[in-house]
Amino acid sequence: MAPAQREIVDRAIARLRDLPGALLPILHEIQDQLGFVPPAATDLLAQGLNLSQAEVHGVITFYHDFRSAPPGHHVLKLCRAEACQAMGSERLEAHLRERFGIGIHETSADGRLTLEPVYCLGNCALSPSLLLDGELHGRVNERRLDALLDGVGVKSPPRSGCGCGKQGGCS
Amino acid sequence: MTVVYVPRDSAALSVGANAVAEAIARIAAETKVQVQIVRNGSRGMLWLEPLVEVETAQGRIAYGPVTEQDVEGLFAAGFLQGGAHALRHGPVESIPYWQKQTRLTFARVGVTDPLSTADNEANGGLVGLKKALAMQPAAIVEEVVLSGLRGRGGAGFPAGIKWRTVLGAPAEQKYIACNADEGDSGTFSDRMVMEGDPYMLLEGMVIAGLAVGATEGYIYLRSEYPDARVVLTAAIARARAAGWIGDSVLGSGRKFAVHLRIGAGAYLCGEETAMLESLEGKRGMVRPKPPLPAISGLWGKPTVINNVMTLASVPWILQHGGAAYAAHGVGRSKGTLPFQLAGNVKHGGLVEVPFGLTLRELLYDFGGGTASGRPIRAVQVGGPLGAYLPASRFDVPLDYEAFAAAGGMIGHGGLVVFDDTVDMSRMARYAMEFCAIESCGKCTPCRIGSTRGVEVIDKITAGTQRDQQVVLLRDLCDTMANASLCAMGGLTPMPVLSALNHFPEDFARS
Repeated sequence: MAPAQREIVDRAIARLRDLPGALLPILHEIQDQLGFVPPAATDLLAQGLNLSQAEVHGVITFYHDFRSAPPGHHVLKLCRAEACQAMGSERLEAHLRERFGIGIHETSADGRLTLEPVYCLGNCALSPSLLLDGELHGRVNERRLDALLDGVGVKSPPRSGCGCGKQGGCS
Repeated sequence: MTVVYVPRDSAALSVGANAVAEAIARIAAETKVQVQIVRNGSRGMLWLEPLVEVETAQGRIAYGPVTEQDVEGLFAAGFLQGGAHALRHGPVESIPYWQKQTRLTFARVGVTDPLSTADNEANGGLVGLKKALAMQPAAIVEEVVLSGLRGRGGAGFPAGIKWRTVLGAPAEQKYIACNADEGDSGTFSDRMVMEGDPYMLLEGMVIAGLAVGATEGYIYLRSEYPDARVVLTAAIARARAAGWIGDSVLGSGRKFAVHLRIGAGAYLCGEETAMLESLEGKRGMVRPKPPLPAISGLWGKPTVINNVMTLASVPWILQHGGAAYAAHGVGRSKGTLPFQLAGNVKHGGLVEVPFGLTLRELLYDFGGGTASGRPIRAVQVGGPLGAYLPASRFDVPLDYEAFAAAGGMIGHGGLVVFDDTVDMSRMARYAMEFCAIESCGKCTPCRIGSTRGVEVIDKITAGTQRDQQVVLLRDLCDTMANASLCAMGGLTPMPVLSALNHFPEDFARS
């Protein structure tokens, strides 16, 4: 773990360890700052909270939110739940695959965009919905999705011959 | 000075409410017009969001849905005086969708500034709490029993009975745990309360604490609600500063502290015992019952676990009396329920009405049919674990018992509408897939059954030994329904079998 990362982990533990049930708040604080929870933090958390490494690892891997590796520069959480399906969220999934060559849980080849699933954002009357870098957007169609991504500077990779959108061409 | 309301509810924000508010402020400044912009909650007429309201002598005049680009035109049309415009809907409270509702719990949501303590008090806030402070704990509990209030999270267990159990459990420390892990697709009433009237929820929690002798409250909020987190964090700080919560509630010498905890993307943590595990900092895995959380809950102490809507209903009940609440509704389903119209529906939003309306009234009289303009084919009621119902079931009244008898589940009151382009075998497959993704893994029927369920449905739709596989699917669902530890595995057969039973043609297409 880089020294700067270690400092963030240590500080989160020191600040929050006395809370009842402190592990989740500490993991959130680490991920809020680093974008992920470094695997090497497991040992520090176990020592700091008097837990076994297995317990800490078990908690980190149980929850969908916690990542063990850094995400792309921008994180798009696309709702896959029923209300958004009823309004065509699968088309957005297909659109992202076509434009960036990425599926759920994947990051674009240039590292600009990570696509993650989310199961309901509570915006079900204005479906389909997504969170882009933590900001909620509703009534999203392909055109609006492109505009949102343009707005944060995520562009399609250069197209190769087959048009599948994969950077460096289709295998 | 003209008062203009632009909602801060996340549904409104998701379609550009912040940009609208900024545009109004900018043009007002440029044209030297005095406006005060209040960021209210949402009225729940979500297809009209962002719904801008202007205070005039004729009441609050509604304009919506307003985009940033519309604002200049609205100024030109004299909207600050309630002027005519294509987006004008007249006085907001005369819009039929609003007028036809019975707003008890949601009375302030969309009306007031959610974070203004003065606004809250001026509109009936704290009346219930002040009454509770003058009552004996048992009397508070009996008022809630009398109201007939049932758990709004989905299970519908009588809230007062649960409180009575916790009151009767001797312990030095007890807890109130508010379940704000509203993970069901098609539901957003908890979110709208937390963003639109957070003090009502806090008031309900304090009353619950007074009733059962608990001095600590936890709100377990899902991480998927970042805007609700912002509002709740601010509301807790302001309520503490105002002395509404803390070491001496309203100067009474009675203590009640509120802590906010954030979930981490696990649907299962909406199950009450999994939520307790998560609050304790562990994997969100289901605990076997007994012991009931009311006897041995958070950190082994007696704990009231109630959904946001349940707790938010309590201040009204204390203010107006349990009998007044029970006067609404039908049968053993007392009071009102905020139904949520979602998915492919023309007029999506929140509709608080007494129990007893039919699905048809909600879907057509309020919802106006589908957004796509095509016929409604199926409605999923009560979240991802609720049944898919065809039009032949639309006339069953929405009360807990009648709806269960018709093979449905009201749950948290969410309705997800699908038009005739839906493939119900895909929705059945998704129900199993969702269970596989979200299962905590503690019990075998849920952990393994859900994955086998996806495979069996794939074989059915591929036409591989279809008849035998259908028998197998029913057998698997029987095992899951009867042998799972909690509702996740136990109710996943509900969407699967209802899709299979009501829409068999979708499973025989290939």
